[in-house]
Amino acid sequence: MVDFEVVSLPETEHVGVGETAPDFTRPLVNGEYWENVDLSDLTDEGPVLLGFHSMDGAFPATYFWKEMTARDWTEDVQVVGLSISDPYAHKQLLRERGLVDAPVALFSDPANGVAEAYGIVNHLDGMAGIEEPRPALYLLDDAREVQYVWVAEEWPDFPDYDEAEAAIDRL
Amino acid sequence: MMTAEDSTITLYRLQGCPYCERVVRRLNELELDYQSRFVEPLHSERNVVKRISGKRTVPAIVDRNTGVTMSESANIVDYLDRNYGGA
Repeated sequence: MVDFEVVSLPETEHVGVGETAPDFTRPLVNGEYWENVDLSDLTDEGPVLLGFHSMDGAFPATYFWKEMTARDWTEDVQVVGLSISDPYAHKQLLRERGLVDAPVALFSDPANGVAEAYGIVNHLDGMAGIEEPRPALYLLDDAREVQYVWVAEEWPDFPDYDEAEAAIDRL
Repeated sequence: MMTAEDSTITLYRLQGCPYCERVVRRLNELELDYQSRFVEPLHSERNVVKRISGKRTVPAIVDRNTGVTMSESANIVDYLDRNYGGA
């Protein structure tokens, strides 16, 4: 039995269910291009599942996208990721995961301002000057109201995808 | 913040491409509202640009105000001057 060591993260006052998720503008990367997009542009079109994950290339990001795309969620919600990786790294991730033509996209937030606004900053040990979001899932309705949220309480930690799926079904 | 849906002009560009910067400069001089779309550096993979303009070169603009789609920075700058120069 492998003893799996995890670190507890401090408690955080993150944006929660029933609250309006803070709007933001960041480059949104798809298989073909990126451009500045407001989160509210997406929610105006319908519900959004916004997934915060580790830097592209780290194994949690790979697991995250594997799971997000293995489930048939994109018919019910717009599946959007966010990490501190730059747009070129997002393009690389889309290529490597075979998602160039998939209806998914990733926000790029190298300065981590969105995580700050959502109360989910994760200070990284041993990487001076770099912070990123805690792993988190936000399900937003078309008014940007949070319908479901999962925020990591330890590191590493992975979303409860079944719970998220149940929340999507309730939309 | 403006998005492609709000802006009349969409500019397909590459980061650090001098021909693209030339168009950006003129758009700014003419105080035109535009939305930037940054595309694939690899020429062969710029299918989105090919779809809109028939070529894979950047810069390319789509002007929904006039229905014009155009490539080549000199052409674009001329076009902007003619349509929006007002001099």
